Amino acid sequence: MRVHTKRTLPVVAVASLAAPTSVWADWTMNMSPGVTGTSNQIFSLHMTILWICVAIGVVVFGVMFWSIIAHRKSKGHKPANFHENTVVEILWTIIPLAILVAMAIPATATLIDMYDTSEAEVDIKVTGYQWRWQYEYINEDFGFFSSLATPRDQIENRQAKGENYLLEVDKPMKVPVGKKVRLLLTANDVIHSWWVPALGVKKDAIPGFINETWTRIDEPGIYRGQCTELCGKDHGFMPVVVEAVPQEEYDQWVAEQREAAEQERLLTEKDWTMDELMERGEQVYASACASCHQSDGSGSPPAFPALKGSAVATEDRAAHIDIVVNGVSGTAMQAFGSQLSEVELGAVITYERNAWGNNTGEMVTPQDIVDYLSE
Amino acid sequence: MSAVAESHSQEHHHGPASGITRWLLTTNHKDIGTMYLIFSFAMFLLGGSMAMVIRAELFQPGLQIVQPEFFNQMTTMHGLIMVFGAVMPAFVGLANWMLPLMIGAPDMALPRMNNWSFWLLPCAFLILVSTLFMQGGAPNFGWTFYAPLSTTYGPPSTTFFIFAIHIMGVSSIMGAINVIATILNLRAPGMTLMKMPLFVWTWLITAFLLIAVMPVLAGVVTMMLMDINFGTSFFDASGGGDPVLFQHVFWFFGHPEVYIMILPAFGVISHIVSTFSRKPLFGYASMVYAVGAIALLSFVVWAHHMFTVGIPLTGQLFFMYATMLIAVPTGVKVFNWVATMFRGSLTFEAPMLFAVAFIILFTIGGFSGLMLAIAPADFQYHDTYFVVAHFHYVLVPGAIFGIFAAAYYWLPKWTGHMYDEILAKTHFWLSFVGMNLAFFPMHFLGLAGMPRRIPDYALQFADFNMVSSIGAFLFGATQLLFLFIVVKCVRGGEKAPAKPWEGAEGLEWTVPSPAPYHTFSTPPEVK
Repeated sequence: MRVHTKRTLPVVAVASLAAPTSVWADWTMNMSPGVTGTSNQIFSLHMTILWICVAIGVVVFGVMFWSIIAHRKSKGHKPANFHENTVVEILWTIIPLAILVAMAIPATATLIDMYDTSEAEVDIKVTGYQWRWQYEYINEDFGFFSSLATPRDQIENRQAKGENYLLEVDKPMKVPVGKKVRLLLTANDVIHSWWVPALGVKKDAIPGFINETWTRIDEPGIYRGQCTELCGKDHGFMPVVVEAVPQEEYDQWVAEQREAAEQERLLTEKDWTMDELMERGEQVYASACASCHQSDGSGSPPAFPALKGSAVATEDRAAHIDIVVNGVSGTAMQAFGSQLSEVELGAVITYERNAWGNNTGEMVTPQDIVDYLSE
Repeated sequence: MSAVAESHSQEHHHGPASGITRWLLTTNHKDIGTMYLIFSFAMFLLGGSMAMVIRAELFQPGLQIVQPEFFNQMTTMHGLIMVFGAVMPAFVGLANWMLPLMIGAPDMALPRMNNWSFWLLPCAFLILVSTLFMQGGAPNFGWTFYAPLSTTYGPPSTTFFIFAIHIMGVSSIMGAINVIATILNLRAPGMTLMKMPLFVWTWLITAFLLIAVMPVLAGVVTMMLMDINFGTSFFDASGGGDPVLFQHVFWFFGHPEVYIMILPAFGVISHIVSTFSRKPLFGYASMVYAVGAIALLSFVVWAHHMFTVGIPLTGQLFFMYATMLIAVPTGVKVFNWVATMFRGSLTFEAPMLFAVAFIILFTIGGFSGLMLAIAPADFQYHDTYFVVAHFHYVLVPGAIFGIFAAAYYWLPKWTGHMYDEILAKTHFWLSFVGMNLAFFPMHFLGLAGMPRRIPDYALQFADFNMVSSIGAFLFGATQLLFLFIVVKCVRGGEKAPAKPWEGAEGLEWTVPSPAPYHTFSTPPEVK
């Protein structure tokens, strides 16, 4: 936040709004210059065009207010009768054109630079889901989902809101400082848009398409952003958090992630008890299912049916597995087979069949899911 | 019914039919104009009350009043109702009332079609608004209804929404055909194209834009209809379709559409600035060429709404340059208005107040538009509150203030009474303060990083959102005053002369106030 006090001054002047003295340390009025070369270039374009507009505004509104004050009928001003002047008209066509050309040159240079995704050192595939992000480190064989970490109680005003309200996730995307990171963006359902203001990166994640963009973060830190394309009911609740760390820390983290991914695969073969599945299932349910079906299983019909006491969650077990794994086409119910591991699928289905009074007593183990998928 | 009726007493004159049939069956341009204006104001209040719900929810962080599903329905319906229900019909209403009076025609060229164009609108909006009460709720995918959110993931009411859009489109296209037929065929003898009042010119160009792009809108919603109900995959990538195609087609309609909502206001403002400056409009010819240039350019800039979808670099550059170019003719118009005021003899009745505010605030909206045109910077602005601030600055003090200015300017002609100047000035100042309070802080919110279309936001956005909501409530409540002023003016007030404004020019001021039911049965001669 170091930049804010300094940079807000021009805009304060433009807006001629008196800034209340700082009770709210954190609010800003202007774009942040950010922490990447791109974001700094964008910031300087932004300030240049802003000042050009201010200058034009001062001239045009200056003449206008001069007339408003000096050429009033109540002051006895008699109207002139001129209604054209070729020279003036040509001038005020040519001069703006020249200003625009001058502005287009740096804008073009920045744009060309932003489109150069070659020679990246880290590749991350970013997939938008309703309503979370998946990050796959495609050269490292691991990936994970990143979901909103703000508790529901804060959103519903039952609890005081935390410092990073709505801008915090359970697991941020980590990148090494000073390395060119290429992002490959796509989406699983509807169009999302991945934006981190401090990086100067915003790109749409479109189902069926892969968009490319890149960033190189110069300073270690945590940078927060949000989805910026309306993507349904929880569009406001899918933040983006990027953590830039030094290379050694990054390498260590990657090693841990690969190890954890390996562990997860081994878990499939473990003998699970009902309690273990229920505990794991509750976590999975909270991050993957609760935003639609609600944490108490009551849903919000008709778009999001209740699970509590429903036929799906209490009767035919195979049909339940099928819906969770393959989704229901034409509805908001996604195919979770590609999003969750066998362990997670088994746990969450077990949870749904035994929580909120759905006491079927049935267990769905990770092995059951493996069997189902191999059928 | 004085001067005009008496001078043509040999003709058979009849007044309006009585009762409800007068309004159901009327082919009179003044009646139809009045109905359009009343309908549009009703929609303005409805769309506005939805904006109040949105601003109430955004008053504080956290979810208080509505849930996200309903919030999305409100933003969607607010946009659709304001664009298609409030702004466009208001300008068609003004066109109906004023075009025949300004060109010396007895009526619109196609009066029966005119009746039908109007009566389709309440039907369309009845369907659209009824979706709020359907299972699954109203459309919740934004007024831009991007696929696949609006197709595969849309609520069941989407099909009704599509049908409503079709009906509105039919109404708009017929209205536009009527305007073109009227202007090209029914001008008084001697009124050459380059002698036409600017409101007539801007509407002529607007009508061509409407005919060009409303079928494109109809096409895109029809493709949606097929995707939803008949198993096609125009916009579904898993069936070989292309979600980005939707955006290209939509914005090919959408960008000219924003000029459809502003060009007639340019015409209105040109008349008002000249009248209250008591000086001829500066640069009439360049005004006409500028509007033409804006209209032509509007067809080649659509992808500036899509800078972040990943169009190729060369495409990006083309659309950036083309968009920046629009600043030139728009600048010419602003310079012309200022030059018209310069060394005039200015007075500031309500129409002029709204017109001056229009020029200043629309220009601010133009500035933020120029900033948005810079593609790299747009990556930061896109889909944030900066964009919301931008388009509300061009639409509220642009289109809406233009309509208010027109209403005050011509109310004496319509009703035969002067409106209450003090109340009207109060209406202006409250609207001006409320509007700026509501929308100026949105620039800061967007630059600070607040995305649009979210029902809840991070804590650093709280203060400006509260200011914005207070401004919005003030602006919204003030519009009830406008209703009161108009009703009061219709019911009575100081008698208006045929030409109530000292500096006004044009044929509409040669007929008595209120304008008789039939005017210009014999065309006037224009020198």
